[in-house]
Amino acid sequence: MEGFRIPVGTWVAEGIDWIRDNLRGVLDVIAFLARWMVESLTDVLLAAPIAGVIVVAALLGWLVRSWQLALGTAVSFVFVLAMGQWVTTMQTLALVLVATAIAVAIGIPVGIWSARNPRVRSVVKPVLDFMQTMPALVYLIPAIVFFSIGVVPGLVATVIFALPPGVRFAELGIRGVDSETVEAGQAFGATPGQILRGIQLPLAMPTIMAGVNQVIMLALSMAVIAGMAGADGLGKEVVQALSTVNLAKGVEAGLSVVIIAVFLDRMTAALGTPGEHPSSLLGLLARRRSAAARSAASGSSSDAREAARV
Amino acid sequence: MTALPPALEARNLFKVFGRNPQKAVQRLKAGESRTDVADAGTAAVIDASFDVAEGEIFVIMGLSGSGKSTIIRMLNGLHDATAGSVLVHGEPVTGTTASKLRGLRRDRVSMVFQHFALLPHRTVAENVAYPLELRGTAKAERLARAEEILTLVGLEGWGDKPPSALSGGMQQRVGIARALAADPDVLLMDEAFSALDPLIRREMQEQLLSLQQKLQKTIVFITHDLNEAMFLGDRIAVMRDGRIVQIGTPEDILTDPANDYVEQFVQDVDRARVLTAANVMERPRPVVSSSAGPRTALRQMRDAYMSAAYVTGRDRTLRGIVSDRDAVKLVRAGTTSLESVLKPVPQSVREDEVLMNLFVPAVESQLPLAVVDAEGRLTGVIPRVTLLAALGPAHSATSEIPLPPQPVSAEVIDRILETSPDADGVSADDVEVVR
Repeated sequence: MEGFRIPVGTWVAEGIDWIRDNLRGVLDVIAFLARWMVESLTDVLLAAPIAGVIVVAALLGWLVRSWQLALGTAVSFVFVLAMGQWVTTMQTLALVLVATAIAVAIGIPVGIWSARNPRVRSVVKPVLDFMQTMPALVYLIPAIVFFSIGVVPGLVATVIFALPPGVRFAELGIRGVDSETVEAGQAFGATPGQILRGIQLPLAMPTIMAGVNQVIMLALSMAVIAGMAGADGLGKEVVQALSTVNLAKGVEAGLSVVIIAVFLDRMTAALGTPGEHPSSLLGLLARRRSAAARSAASGSSSDAREAARV
Repeated sequence: MTALPPALEARNLFKVFGRNPQKAVQRLKAGESRTDVADAGTAAVIDASFDVAEGEIFVIMGLSGSGKSTIIRMLNGLHDATAGSVLVHGEPVTGTTASKLRGLRRDRVSMVFQHFALLPHRTVAENVAYPLELRGTAKAERLARAEEILTLVGLEGWGDKPPSALSGGMQQRVGIARALAADPDVLLMDEAFSALDPLIRREMQEQLLSLQQKLQKTIVFITHDLNEAMFLGDRIAVMRDGRIVQIGTPEDILTDPANDYVEQFVQDVDRARVLTAANVMERPRPVVSSSAGPRTALRQMRDAYMSAAYVTGRDRTLRGIVSDRDAVKLVRAGTTSLESVLKPVPQSVREDEVLMNLFVPAVESQLPLAVVDAEGRLTGVIPRVTLLAALGPAHSATSEIPLPPQPVSAEVIDRILETSPDADGVSADDVEVVR
């Protein structure tokens, strides 16, 4: 077996080089857009008054879940500020949000497509398996080859790494919608688009939101690794702490990651199950609206009696 | 009913799932059986043809796996037919474009599902309005229409509730309301009441019939429950292994099953609730015309071994009864008209009364129970024996039922008992038995 060697790595590297040399224009556009999105969101988060950002985050927590989440958010964000990690945290938050937005924008349509078309599914599934099992750091190498170091390769690697659960959950959610309900849409003459918008997406929404939640969590874990590629943020702090064996800095950056993770997780989990959070502002509004509708409808008490009988 | 063109026509429908459906259909047409063609595909429906008339409830009945759910889905194109054609009021469902098919489903054919298939994220009223929404009806108009239909099915005031707040029976009423919202010509009901518990099911069946009286839709109803089929169906198609084995009225199926399978199937039907007086009645006897005299009446009664006879007018309307004693008196008095002794008929029943409701009148009636049509004409009579025989499985409406032999008259028995003293053997036998 001496000398038996299939140079797969070399082939891929050559392929990557070829793309870099020949698709320069495409890569430049991607790089420009990615940098522009992350940097403008970072600028917005950092330009706003710190207190304002904290209040908005807390209010969002109350809107979708509860005042407890709002309070917890305010306290933990102040804690981040007190650890001196505000700027890096906002940079990471911006990177995670942009990466999530891109991963969701790609992942959900692909998931829907593969739920509706078995042939697409048979192609997508092995690709997803590959993406999830390939060690995440490996993505960084071609990303750096394409975009050199900085925030762009970090973002690209993060998107690739965070994409699979978005696709998988969307597909699972759409396919899990009761087939008779979909059939009902067909039987009443709905177009495939009307069935998707009116029946499949609303009924699959809790599952799809669980997928978005997973995308965010993966994006956050990858955003730290993206620090190695030179993306500004908590990841860079962690990498620096590691290389200088600075435990204090590492712990503070790590705690900040945990705080954003908890905040984003609770928010998206609540978005996926809006009915289970009666004390949220949205829940209060919905109840007030239905109470108004009830008082408008007459004779509801006799109906209730009939319900008890039936 | 047959004068109108059919609302729905199915011609030689085939549905084969599998690798080579067309080949399987060819082989089935050539006479091979369902199991013979199993290598080419699973034949769910084989050569099914039927017409459904305007305003008719057509029930397709069969056990699970008999192909009935596949057939109903071919009627609105949810399943493509492998071969054959379906026409709804002359418009083809098979071999048409997707958009024409959607138009047909929006405007002409709607469906009610076994597990209701309501949209859980919409309120009851929004569910009912869904078909109208697909048609592009304005919101206010479609919700007003939804409220109207909900009132029709007895759910007024429930419009703003989510479907999950309703019981199963109420949810299915929403399902029916939704199917009626677009005012379709044809309603397809796929095991619509099978998921409901028996009491509610009965209630829903009755409600469907009363709705049908008002609306006169053409309904194709799928069920595996023969009693339900018999109760609802104007006509029933019995399916087995993908083929329709018999199409007929409930009475046809019950009294004249096409083969052993149907016969086995109908064995446990509650005949008393399905068969009507018209199905079991016999030629009226004894009957005398009101213009006939008492002598004719007496002769009729003697021939029929009856103590009274029905009297009908010239147009066969039931006028009353005359008893043998009264007729004898009239003969003795030399009167020729029966009019003076006519008594009102104590019990008569309409032709469409089910047997269940005939038992008490039959017991109370002195004569075989009189059956009259809508104009009050005497169309037949039902002796009690006939009523009993009709409940048995082997009953055929055409055969004569032998009368029980007349008992030896009491005088004769008394005379024999007096002249020949008791044989000891008889009492000894009795003692044996007791011991």
